[in-house]
Amino acid sequence: MTDAFRIMKPGPYTTVQDAGRYGFQQFGIPPTGVLDQFAYRAANILIGNPEHAAVLETTVIGPQLEILSTTDIAVTGAEAPITLNTEPQRGWSTFRARPGDILNIGPVKNGCRCYVAVTGGIDVPLVMGSRSCYVAARIGGYEGRLLAKGDVLKRLEGRLLSQMRQVPEQAIPVYSPDINLRAVPGPQNDFFDEGMELFYRSGFTVSINANRMGYRLEGPQILQKNEMPKSIISEPSLPGGVQVPPDGQPIILLVEQTVGGYTKIATVISADLPLVAQAKPGDQIRFVKVDLADAYAAARYEEDNLRNLLFRAD
Amino acid sequence: MTGGLFEKPFFRIAGDRGLLVEFGNAIDSEINRKIRTMAIALGKNPPSGIVEYIPTYRSIIVIYDPLKTNAAMLQQQVIALEKQLAEIPIPPPETVEVPVCYGGEFGPEIEFVAKTHGLSVDDVIRIHSEAEYQVYMIGFTPGFPFLGGLPESLHTPRLQTPRKAVPAGSVGIANNQTGVYPIESPGGWQLIGRTPLRIFDQQRAAPFLIKAGDRLKFKPISFDEYQALKEACDR
Repeated sequence: MTDAFRIMKPGPYTTVQDAGRYGFQQFGIPPTGVLDQFAYRAANILIGNPEHAAVLETTVIGPQLEILSTTDIAVTGAEAPITLNTEPQRGWSTFRARPGDILNIGPVKNGCRCYVAVTGGIDVPLVMGSRSCYVAARIGGYEGRLLAKGDVLKRLEGRLLSQMRQVPEQAIPVYSPDINLRAVPGPQNDFFDEGMELFYRSGFTVSINANRMGYRLEGPQILQKNEMPKSIISEPSLPGGVQVPPDGQPIILLVEQTVGGYTKIATVISADLPLVAQAKPGDQIRFVKVDLADAYAAARYEEDNLRNLLFRAD
Repeated sequence: MTGGLFEKPFFRIAGDRGLLVEFGNAIDSEINRKIRTMAIALGKNPPSGIVEYIPTYRSIIVIYDPLKTNAAMLQQQVIALEKQLAEIPIPPPETVEVPVCYGGEFGPEIEFVAKTHGLSVDDVIRIHSEAEYQVYMIGFTPGFPFLGGLPESLHTPRLQTPRKAVPAGSVGIANNQTGVYPIESPGGWQLIGRTPLRIFDQQRAAPFLIKAGDRLKFKPISFDEYQALKEACDR
């Protein structure tokens, strides 16, 4: 266990996250974890970390860090200016930092969230099997809260790379303000008829209410069938579920949601959740209807992409 | 109310990682008993590829890894498991006893609840603590139990304006529900008392005192007993 870095400027919403906290949703603990699993896993693959190593997740504006021990660093996810001291660095690639170096990640140009991985992974206590921070309940992460100026984060032991790595240009995701999200109808698809058709044919705007709990959208009013009840008996929600409250404005539920009693018209496929993570208020979203077989194929394709990433990174 | 139990489970697709299995369409103790039984059976015979499962009022959500299994296969496994239920030994539900110091600063609305129903404060305490409750599901905040079985004579609407912060351990009533707040959180329930127990403690080896399917009883204690228990629990 070594001091990794000190926070000089935290950025507006920077937390420690890992792959998520599973097995406790039956006790009201949402999975939390990184919103963009693809960028997160790529960062750890680049550094050569274990798959579930903890990273920083930043939002819109990245942090400024003073490096306290020699480490390799990878910044993935949103496109943002990265500098080590005054030297510009590339995203989706590794670089080495030494004690006293200053790492700065500026405001995003494309996308919304960056992932910062260091050698060994960030070391905060495991709580219920995960290092992910659930801010609302002050669980996990660094003291259960957003990072603040002066915090010193440690890292686990890990080996420095013998040679720097990068993800090839063509494998880096492109984040556009016009986003197509593939979504499978349901679980409450039988509550909608014309509303379902309107949902898949309309454009929606990401509202200012977009965070790790969910993304509230603005667009045409999606109505249920008249004869159906406006709410259902409360049930847990899964990341990607698109909930339609009585005002007809859909909400894409994400990783800090626990239970809800509104109907879910569709569910964004897991391979496209990284696109939600990288969406910002004002971005345009369209939902593309796919079936389960398409969703499974997309999940497999994304997994293969990550495996090839490792192959190329080596 | 009974009769909401389905003859066979009804499946809903919740994306490529979730399968929702409904066993009925009501908040009902018989349906919830079935959920508990199925959840225990699933725990004993987990189909491969399952990440976790969440028992709720009338359904179980199975979360799975789409690289290892799929909804069609899981449906077959759940149907098969349901047919074998009689052969799987299911232990009786555990009863959790929650000590509560009623009234005073801990239960600022107990007199309002009493007045609403033409009862004395002692009546409210007696009725609330004599009933046995069923834990339908856990959610809203870590460890928060949704309880069934509040006697009708105590049904009371929510506060007009929710509190920004309800202290951890608070016991409250909202319409036909009663419950206890495991952590400090916003809330609109009528508060009638407080427990010294830590319903949720992330530092404890077993962080949760209550699980879905348990039975729950409240036990009245004095302020002195509250203080003594509180000291013991916080140590």
